[in-house]
Amino acid sequence: MSRHTLSVLVENKPGVLTRVAGLFARRAFNIHSLAVGPTEHTEISRITVVVDVEDRPLEQVTKQLNKLVNVIKIVELEADSSVQRELLLVKVRADGAQRTGVLEIVDLFRAHVVDVVPDAVVIEATGSPGKLDALLTALAPFGIREIVQSGTVAIGRGARSITDRALERVGRTA
Amino acid sequence: MASGPTPAPPRPAPRAGAAAPTPPASTATVHQTMTGAQSIVRSLEELGVQHVFGIPGGTILPTYDPLMDSKIRHYLVRHEQGAGHAAEGYAHVTGRVGVCIATSGPGATNLVTALADANLDSVPVVAITGQVGSSLIGTDAFQEADIVGVTMPITKHSILVKDAAEIPNAIASAFHIAATGRPGPVLVDIAKSAQVAETVFEWPQQLVLPGYHPVTKPHAKQVREAARLLATARRPVLLIGGGAQRSAASTQVRQLVELSGAPATTTLPARGALPDTHPQNLGMPGMHGTVAAVAALQKADLIVALGARFDDRVTGQLSSFAPNAQVVHADIDPAEIGKNKAVDVPIVGDLREVLTDLVPELERAHAQYGKPDLEGWWRQVDSWRDTFPLGWDEPSDGLLAPQHIVRRIGEITGPEAVYVAGVGQHQMWAAQFIDHERPRAWMSSAGLGTMGFAVPAAMGAQVGAPDRTVWAIDGDGCFQMTNQELATCVINEIPIKVAIINNSSLGMVRQWQTLFYDERYSNTDLHTGHDTIRVPDFVKLAEAYGAVGLRCDSKADVDATIKRANEIDDRPVVVDFTVSRDAMVWPMVAAGVSNDDIMYARGLTPAWDREDEL
Repeated sequence: MSRHTLSVLVENKPGVLTRVAGLFARRAFNIHSLAVGPTEHTEISRITVVVDVEDRPLEQVTKQLNKLVNVIKIVELEADSSVQRELLLVKVRADGAQRTGVLEIVDLFRAHVVDVVPDAVVIEATGSPGKLDALLTALAPFGIREIVQSGTVAIGRGARSITDRALERVGRTA
Repeated sequence: MASGPTPAPPRPAPRAGAAAPTPPASTATVHQTMTGAQSIVRSLEELGVQHVFGIPGGTILPTYDPLMDSKIRHYLVRHEQGAGHAAEGYAHVTGRVGVCIATSGPGATNLVTALADANLDSVPVVAITGQVGSSLIGTDAFQEADIVGVTMPITKHSILVKDAAEIPNAIASAFHIAATGRPGPVLVDIAKSAQVAETVFEWPQQLVLPGYHPVTKPHAKQVREAARLLATARRPVLLIGGGAQRSAASTQVRQLVELSGAPATTTLPARGALPDTHPQNLGMPGMHGTVAAVAALQKADLIVALGARFDDRVTGQLSSFAPNAQVVHADIDPAEIGKNKAVDVPIVGDLREVLTDLVPELERAHAQYGKPDLEGWWRQVDSWRDTFPLGWDEPSDGLLAPQHIVRRIGEITGPEAVYVAGVGQHQMWAAQFIDHERPRAWMSSAGLGTMGFAVPAAMGAQVGAPDRTVWAIDGDGCFQMTNQELATCVINEIPIKVAIINNSSLGMVRQWQTLFYDERYSNTDLHTGHDTIRVPDFVKLAEAYGAVGLRCDSKADVDATIKRANEIDDRPVVVDFTVSRDAMVWPMVAAGVSNDDIMYARGLTPAWDREDEL
């Protein structure tokens, strides 16, 4: 079992996310996280899927994904040649005595406090899944009230863009 | 593949050798105000559609009004599943896209089985369904079903149209996607509000499909490598699959077969892609394949799969399938390559193009490496053929042998006819005992195994090939699932012939109960056959529909009954052949076991040891 990050460029059309997610479910692949959003081209959306698979079935699932008419391009992003980030919002108990300790951890992880009330703070942090796990571990003793976390978004390092050629395709046929 | 603009207008031209050429569509640019409903009908006309199958209902009613004035002929079926299978039968024999139409909700969900069937057998079908008005979508409105959602996993693509202006593009895209690449079913769900709205119909349409670029031209290096392997293998086998039918490649298949000199085997959907009487054709592989075909694949050192997908019914237990074979796999769908069987030489491309390249490449390889000496291999293969021919024992109960009937239908009617089968024992006998000589003249539900396929698919095939005799080889169980389409056939003068191989039971299930469930016959008795109350009486049922009903229960009458049925050409004919229920399909590889354990007959497995010296 290994973890893979796939960037899937899709047409920005209703139902496309359902098709992609449904395909993973039907072929019994476990989606670890999923994030979807716009790209620099209004007609293209980008889905980042983190999936746990064996090597050979991953090839099968990318081939099946490629068969979806609305899927334009799929790129696997390797951990060491890409930047991978998640966004975390966490609500932590922080009354009088504890507050300093919480704020120290916030600084240490280069996170931000985005909401404050007398007995709690909301902390915003971005980073690799590993860093966010470490942050949560550090905050745990103070009392975590609520967590919300985004799926991973990822982009390849260097000047090359995976959307360039896909954009050409859309531009030429539009 | 280059990502150029998709050509327009998207008129999937019939493949060479297709039965009916598409009528020429107008080349002038059209810009005309009309309703969405008119725009649907007009789009179909522009695409060259001549025949459609369907049933009207609330949300598709607007479209049925202009359909009345169209030159497109609509066949009013009695159940939407019938429309779907008829579209498949039509598509299969003509090589063109079959079209079915249904209303929203239950009309659309009744198409689901046929769409799943077309998906697994790669049949180009477009389904047009009405949807509730766009303001009602998502409100659980009367006859609302999310048919796009329902059919996502079982169609090649699906499109929901809520804006009348999008109708021509959606339908044009649907036809293009259904017919190109690996063919398949595409559903276009059109809101009633879009059908009644006024719009400007524009044609031709420029397709915007940035994620759809099927590769048809094979990679030259892979083709060269395939040729090298084929020229140097000692025990090669050509595994010909349904792709040979879809890409109309049988001429090229035959060239490769003859040039290579290798044994060939045709899978269930490929029967007829290489004539059965061709001396190199070993027949069908798989669960009920010939011993020669199954054994040749098992012992091969090279399998060249041509548009075949290594289905579990062909491979048996995958881990012990063809253990010593290198594999060349040519398929238009890259996802099929390596899906089940590991591949040494993958070739992605349209099979006809692949073979057009592979044949001259093999000639070059022969020049380089010499022609392979396959004499020893053929001696081996022929000994399997001679020792284990297809055959049957006469039933001990004195009733008709179903295999005899199927064989005589094929012999008397001949290879110019079209044969369509349901699913079960009769399907396997029809695959085994009819000589399939022509491409796209044999069809059954291969991948999905849809009981009830035969009658409506035969109906569609007859509409697509009006001058051919069309025989549906059906079972008494299958026939009862879709025989309502006899009404459609009678009223529209579609003179299909139905042979009910009536063993009074769900025969294939009963065979498994005989072999694997200790002869405990749980819920397989249908009470339709010899010495039963005959519910229903198939002869009376046929007559009630206005079809001709015949019954045959003795060997002496078989030929005369078939000839009589063949003489009737103004109405459908249903022949109730009452047969022995104890007849079984042999050979057989039980589900999930190794092909090495093929049973030639009950309790009789060939001894392979003496062959191992090869």
